[in-house]
Amino acid sequence: MGIYFLKRIAGAIVVMWVIITITFMLMHSIPGGPFTAEKKLPPLVQQKIEETYHLNDPLFKQYTDYMSNIVKLDLGPSFKYIGRNVNDIISESFPISAQLGFTALLVAFVGGVTAGILSAMRPNSWIDYTVTFLSTLGISVPTFIIGAILVYYLGFQLHWFPVALWKGPMYMILPVLTLAANPMAFIARLTRAGLLEVMNQDYIKTARAKGLSTKYVFLKHALGNAILPVITYLGPLAAALLTGSFIVETIFAIPGLGQYFVTSIYNRDYTVILGITIFYSGLVVLFNLIVDFIYPLIDPRLVVEKEDK
Amino acid sequence: MKLEHIKFVEDYRTDILERLTADDFLPASNKNEMVQDAFQDRPTPWSRLKANRLALIGMGIVIFMILAAIFGPMMTPFSYAAQNLMEANQAPSSAHWFGTDTLGRDLFVRVLYGARISLAIGFVAALINLVIGVTYGGIAGFFGGAIDRIMMSIVDVLYGIPLLLYVILLMVVLGPGLTSIFIALGIAYWLTMARIVRSQIIKLKAEDYVIAAKAMGFSSVRILFKHILPNCVGPIVITMTLAIPEAIFTEAFLSFIGLGVNAPMASWGVLASEGIASMRSFPFQLAFPALAICITMLGFTFLGDGIRNALDPKEEGK
Repeated sequence: MGIYFLKRIAGAIVVMWVIITITFMLMHSIPGGPFTAEKKLPPLVQQKIEETYHLNDPLFKQYTDYMSNIVKLDLGPSFKYIGRNVNDIISESFPISAQLGFTALLVAFVGGVTAGILSAMRPNSWIDYTVTFLSTLGISVPTFIIGAILVYYLGFQLHWFPVALWKGPMYMILPVLTLAANPMAFIARLTRAGLLEVMNQDYIKTARAKGLSTKYVFLKHALGNAILPVITYLGPLAAALLTGSFIVETIFAIPGLGQYFVTSIYNRDYTVILGITIFYSGLVVLFNLIVDFIYPLIDPRLVVEKEDK
Repeated sequence: MKLEHIKFVEDYRTDILERLTADDFLPASNKNEMVQDAFQDRPTPWSRLKANRLALIGMGIVIFMILAAIFGPMMTPFSYAAQNLMEANQAPSSAHWFGTDTLGRDLFVRVLYGARISLAIGFVAALINLVIGVTYGGIAGFFGGAIDRIMMSIVDVLYGIPLLLYVILLMVVLGPGLTSIFIALGIAYWLTMARIVRSQIIKLKAEDYVIAAKAMGFSSVRILFKHILPNCVGPIVITMTLAIPEAIFTEAFLSFIGLGVNAPMASWGVLASEGIASMRSFPFQLAFPALAICITMLGFTFLGDGIRNALDPKEEGK
């Protein structure tokens, strides 16, 4: 067990190192550097700027500097917004994104699992068909189209919900629904498939033969095993919510980190892109690590198999 | 009870012995026709696919979209790039079937042209990650040992990286455009293919017919190409059909955040994000590209599920 956890942590550190290196190399392979895109600056000013941001240091020194700063959790200054650094931007806007993302995660998980159970309880009933239909739609329709449809009908036409900004619970409903739609559909499919497979196994037949009620068998016996794929999906789900948040925050004008990221892409604000990418990657790696840690609590078989290899 | 039983078995034995003739001792190929027929008549993947109505609908949609993308733009008098500000923002009419956009360009031809770009992105990206993934996974799986361990730990590390972020970074570095999209998607999404091909090859290496081929002294290359790879086709096709819509999806996302193809070219993603900008006044400008994306996605999903079920019946219903 201990070895398993240590291996996971070591793996996560290696992944983070690779991520930082790749991001750094990519950002520094942009021809011309960050300040050449605009109109030509006087050479002295150019030199001064490069000195301030240590851009004329040799690449390897820049790399080691950046690395040691990251270890100290400092992601460097923004090139576009003078006087602000990436840490400020993250600490300012990430709480909003986290709120949005976490609510969407809950909605997707609870909604998806419930829908999956409902449809697996009565295969080929109208509930099953509705869930299958909606979940197929949910995974086939891009997030921004779902968002646009919700905004158009529930916002512009019916005036039920506000369609922009982030000022309270009412403002959360449309963005959260948009962000949760795709993962919820996926979780519903996973849960349904998992349950249908588990329901064919002998221990379920035994439980039924003992005379237990359908509901009891489903919730107490089948769900635990059926939900394993969903737990594995939680890692990719974190990544999906992150990228979804770029779209959702842009559509709904939510001042979160996702919108900042998209804006910094438009602005070509390289250090901010670099910093936010590393921050996001760190989040996803952390999330995967957490999933790796809770997995053996739910399914001890997995750890044994992995250690055998 | 027991005696009766023994007697029954003995009767049965003599019965059989009496009924056996010389014909029964001929080689098996002359008999067992029924067994052989049943084996040959077992449902082929194709017939299983044909029996799946949703998969057929999906295939119909995909074929229709491909044909529309190839021949559609030739059949309308408008060009996808020609602006006509006098006719900007017109609702759908007999002249402009899908209406016009804010620059007066005909939306019908733009959606058809978008089909070309979006589908091309889907197929080329899937092809690139097919080539990289099959080669990489094939080498790792076939040689095994230290090579396999090193190559697969690289894949494991890359797997931990949120790839879409790196596609975004690559697009920022390479600059927007069709070629950048091909490169970025191609080099990011081959991991799944590599893993699947590797595990399939490792499984196949232990099969009797591969061992037999080895014992007969065939070269590794011949065994790999003639005996192992043909049996990997199923999983590879399945992964491909899932990779195509994934690429189209990703491109739409990239276009939405401003990293798509260059104007005046327009993929469906570009059209939809332009449509969102003017959604409030001219909802049809969003509706048509959005419908095109959704219908195509549904088509690929149905077809992909169908192909998976047809090639791998164990997976049915997943």
